[in-house]
Amino acid sequence: MTFPPSTATDAAAEPADTADPAASGPAVVGRSPGQLMWRRFRRDRTGVGSAIVVLAFFLIALLAPVIASLYGKDPYTTYGQNQPGLLNQFGYPIAPNGGISGDFWFGLEPGLGRDVFTQLVYGIRTSLSIAVIVTVLTTVIGVVMGVTSGYLGGRTDYVIGRVIDTLLAFPSQLFLIVFLPVVEAALVLPEEETPVWLRYVSICVVLTVLGWATIARLLRAQVLSLRAREFVEAARVTGASPARVIFKELLPNLWTPIIIQATLALPLYVGAEAGLGFLGVGMTEPTPDWGRMFQVGVNVYHSDVTYLLFPGVSMLIFVVAFNLLGDSIRDAFDPRTKR
Amino acid sequence: MTSFLVRRILGALMILLIISAVTFYLFYAVPRDPARAFCGKICPPETLQLVRHNLGMDEPLFVQYWHWLVGIFAGRELVQFGDCPAPCLGYSFATQEPVFGAIVDRFPVTLSLTFGASIVILAFGIITGMIAAWKVGQPLDKIASASSVIGASLQIYFVGPLLAFYLVDTMQLIPRPSYVPVTEDPVGWFTHLLLPWVVLSIIFTANYTRMTRSQMVEQLAEDYVRTARAKGMSNRAVFFRFAWRGAMIPIVTIFGVDLATLLGGAIITEQTFTLHGIGELAVRAVQNNDLPMLLGVTIVGAAMIVILNIVVDVLYAFIDPRVRLT
Repeated sequence: MTFPPSTATDAAAEPADTADPAASGPAVVGRSPGQLMWRRFRRDRTGVGSAIVVLAFFLIALLAPVIASLYGKDPYTTYGQNQPGLLNQFGYPIAPNGGISGDFWFGLEPGLGRDVFTQLVYGIRTSLSIAVIVTVLTTVIGVVMGVTSGYLGGRTDYVIGRVIDTLLAFPSQLFLIVFLPVVEAALVLPEEETPVWLRYVSICVVLTVLGWATIARLLRAQVLSLRAREFVEAARVTGASPARVIFKELLPNLWTPIIIQATLALPLYVGAEAGLGFLGVGMTEPTPDWGRMFQVGVNVYHSDVTYLLFPGVSMLIFVVAFNLLGDSIRDAFDPRTKR
Repeated sequence: MTSFLVRRILGALMILLIISAVTFYLFYAVPRDPARAFCGKICPPETLQLVRHNLGMDEPLFVQYWHWLVGIFAGRELVQFGDCPAPCLGYSFATQEPVFGAIVDRFPVTLSLTFGASIVILAFGIITGMIAAWKVGQPLDKIASASSVIGASLQIYFVGPLLAFYLVDTMQLIPRPSYVPVTEDPVGWFTHLLLPWVVLSIIFTANYTRMTRSQMVEQLAEDYVRTARAKGMSNRAVFFRFAWRGAMIPIVTIFGVDLATLLGGAIITEQTFTLHGIGELAVRAVQNNDLPMLLGVTIVGAAMIVILNIVVDVLYAFIDPRVRLT
């Protein structure tokens, strides 16, 4: 028995699935838990809607160069400074609402006069890619550490447990900004200019190092309770190797918490990366960055509040959609939870 | 109680020791040499050696760490900067001011910010959560749930400037955020920090609304509530005298965990409203590559979290009579 008995009861307790008009005939079609989950998800209108929004954001990130070339501008050229009549003597857009026009859909960046639309599209690309990388890394490390700790127990569990406790006691935002230069200094000589890819890598490293403990702790607890269940014991008694127990008995039962944790983590990492950019310790100029747009926005909002709206509203839409999607996935995986 | 406190404080010191050792090692073991920065662009090897000696960096790393630790409790003599009385966290490489003094100067700002925000979060979050639980399934509950989803998705650096633009710049309802010492002018302290408090608490309040609601709903289904109702207790009494107490216990626990995140939020809030707190000090130290300042801020930040967590555990025993602090 690879799947826990609870999944089987779920399927039975879901009359809407079995009482499907197609299945009302004599033939009863068996469905895997994955199919059941997909059917439940498809029926959830909020979930599907937010999934479309989230997908759209990922498409924008992936297709940023295509979008920019169709639109005909790039995020680096200082249009406002090259063309007269766009910025006034203080560096603010002359046209109302931050310089929005047919040429510059989202207006111009005050000061440098770059195009806000392409800045945003490329910025989403930078931030989302970092968030995705960090989510994957923290999830993999967290799962490995959590399962190891919970499965082996004893001294290994004690050591990993203390490391997790210490990491979770850290004021993480403070450590994020403090460790970033340390990681960088370890990789680059002081005389050299930090290359862009290195800053990218060190942001990923710092976010991962400070991030894996949460999911590891959760999975450790899950494994501890699963380990005592009969089906795991049965597998052990019949002589299954530890690898088989972990991959065939434990992991299939851990997919739900893993996916739920990952969907919770991704918007948090988008926020954390943007926070670094906002504090001025994230991605450096001229690489476009979602978070650094807020840094500019905070400096210019007295005179040009429009500039702040585009990164702000787009991030709000993304995070709300992603959180709703996470809720829907959770409901689809586990129909017993009622919010 | 006493033995609990002693054990928790010893444990806290242990954690701080580990954090400081790790941070110290990471900062001073990296190849970026602070002595070189001090020495200037053209730096002959002899001068570099001298600067390194003056900064106490020619000794083995654990000796340096030991000196740093002793300095906190007994003070120390620094060749470069002169006498540094206890508690000594060294001198800033960038501004030459004593690190401890700089942190003490900034501390009231960050403390006022987190303290006020905590009160807003708990008061507002618990009240809205209770209202939602009182009216489960009704429009008011749905509004509270929907707005908590949006609230939790907002970013400080977006809402902050936006509210400042409309409330301060356009409508001029409240003064521009800044720090007025509470001892000088309590009213000014309150009005000038009102906006930062609200902004910092928005993202957290949503979470507490959701949690209070679900906890209350759960508590109201418990047997003891049914017993109370069966004995003829009014709905209001059940709600505010029984279920409320049970629902608060997990809230306090989560709040203890959230304190660290709240401090992180305070850093971003300080930067948003240019308040001169510890967060701003940390950000500037990072930009200047100012190692003693970074180390000092990290340790003080960690100490703050650890101490507040002990306070939360003690509060826990007051709320829940079943918890014995042994």
